[in-house]
Amino acid sequence: MTEIFGFPIQALMGQLVLGLVNGSFYAMLSIGLSVIFGMLNIINFAHGAFYMIGAFLAWMGLYYWGISYWWSLILVPLAVALIGIAVERTLLQWIYKLDHLYGLLLTFGIALVIEGMFRHWFGVAGQPFDVPEGLTGGFNLGFMFLPKYRAWVIVASLTVCVGTWFIIEKTRLGSYLRAATENPKLTQAFGINVPIMVMLIYGLGVGLAGFAGVLAAPVLQVSPLMGSNMIIVVFAVVVIGGMGSIVGSIATGLMLGIVEAIPKVLYPEISSTMVFIIMAIVLLLRPAGLFGKER
Amino acid sequence: MTETFLTINRVRIVVLLALAMAVPFVTYPVLGMTVLCFGLFACSFNLLLGYTGLLSFGHATFLGTAAYVTAHALKAWELPTLPSLALGAGAAALLGAVFGLIAIRRHGIYFAMVTLALAQMMFFVFLKAPFTGGEDGLQGVPRGSLFGLIDLSDDTTLYYVVLAIVVFGLWVIHRAIHSPFGEVLKAIRENEARVTSLGYDVARYKLLAFVLSAGLAGLAGATKVLVFKFATLADVHWHVSGEVVLMTLLGGVGTVIGPMLGAGVVVVLQNELADKVGSFVTIIIGVIFILCVLIFRRGIAGELNELRRRVLGDARSGSADGG
Repeated sequence: MTEIFGFPIQALMGQLVLGLVNGSFYAMLSIGLSVIFGMLNIINFAHGAFYMIGAFLAWMGLYYWGISYWWSLILVPLAVALIGIAVERTLLQWIYKLDHLYGLLLTFGIALVIEGMFRHWFGVAGQPFDVPEGLTGGFNLGFMFLPKYRAWVIVASLTVCVGTWFIIEKTRLGSYLRAATENPKLTQAFGINVPIMVMLIYGLGVGLAGFAGVLAAPVLQVSPLMGSNMIIVVFAVVVIGGMGSIVGSIATGLMLGIVEAIPKVLYPEISSTMVFIIMAIVLLLRPAGLFGKER
Repeated sequence: MTETFLTINRVRIVVLLALAMAVPFVTYPVLGMTVLCFGLFACSFNLLLGYTGLLSFGHATFLGTAAYVTAHALKAWELPTLPSLALGAGAAALLGAVFGLIAIRRHGIYFAMVTLALAQMMFFVFLKAPFTGGEDGLQGVPRGSLFGLIDLSDDTTLYYVVLAIVVFGLWVIHRAIHSPFGEVLKAIRENEARVTSLGYDVARYKLLAFVLSAGLAGLAGATKVLVFKFATLADVHWHVSGEVVLMTLLGGVGTVIGPMLGAGVVVVLQNELADKVGSFVTIIIGVIFILCVLIFRRGIAGELNELRRRVLGDARSGSADGG
């Protein structure tokens, strides 16, 4: 019972869990990307940079200011959201009326500046981040060893994803947000302050990225390059899933995390290109994406 | 098309060529050749963004693929120089056909994301592929000679060969833009639905433009190998895809000569800054990017055209996408 088709089941299960971990990062980041795109009409290239800032703030918090991981989990997303709101107010708000492409280019420039600053301060080498106390070790499930921290990442990010879904789909604030996405002028006419909603959405989106960054810090290396590597994969995820729905984003994210993980055991050379190959296939068979509608 | 400050006519071509030929007497030929190669790269990119309205965010993949193929042909297969260049450009065009087929299935912003993702895929392919030398790349590529007669190891000699290649590439772009094919491309940029309704096969035109652009970007990448004698992963990195967008934006989207100017500014800037400010270069490039998008969307060539229009008191104001 330790092998399946000649591959060790332990390794396969281990990679599956790692795939779910990566998948939950994809899910959180692509939710943020799609709510921001819905409201601001901007594809936020800087999303990866905010994710990286999240990881670095958690690391700096721990090693410079003695802020524990658990406090970081709450404080860092708020800080990242505030940075995001500052960026939105100073830079992004001037280009909403232009073609989508300018949004991508502007946020690309912002990502370069942020990445450049962190590279200047910290170099490109990864910074180690210890797994917080209480989450070290793991469970022995008989057929596999499940590290506690990885289980925690999956649970925490799914909770946050469901929470985001709840806020947007089931609350009054969420209904304002959806209305402002659907028809900003009419929503404004009903007395809802749309620019504030836009600001909140951007803050929420990048805050989620910051949260993902904190969760990622102990699993992946904290490095200035982690954001841009991540964002390009998340773009592929968004193309595959479409930016239609939150549930779609979660499902696509997790699914791709798993699909990407399996080849790591079977044929490691292909794992880093797996998501892109799937993207190409999906585009050929179903151009609008699995859950998307062309817009 | 209205006459503008930077329109290509015979007199200006002669003046520009004379200036380009004088470069080796003024500065390092290698710097001049770098500008020329990236200029051709940016002009090929502009064929898509400026004239067809497609933002390819993965154009480095064509530059880099051609560089690897040419370097491999010169070094491992010991082919002559010109066939190696052609092989590189051909490989890029072929890759362009495959990527084009996939990418044109989505529009606008998705097109940009798809091209970026496909380019990133190629980055990993080149990282792992056996013939690319992984992180080191292909080093010490011989330049060879032209028809077995002219030795290319001298930088100044090579400069004129590179100049000839780049002028050829620009001529191809110029011909494409000013042909009925080019008119259809511009119509697609302005109103894709209407072009479809007029009975044109829009997908075919887009694909053809994509292949042409990829092939020319490949020509630029192949030529770059001759200049630097190496091909590395840096050429296929998304940073380069971003840089070519910046060069085009800075020079002027949808102008003939703008991307060349933009490439000149960016290359010289990087060259000057690299030793002085080190890791600040990325930040500075990012800031220029932000400023270009926020306040300088017409680019250098676009602003010059606008200036000329104003100085001459031209009443035909409004659209600034001349050239």
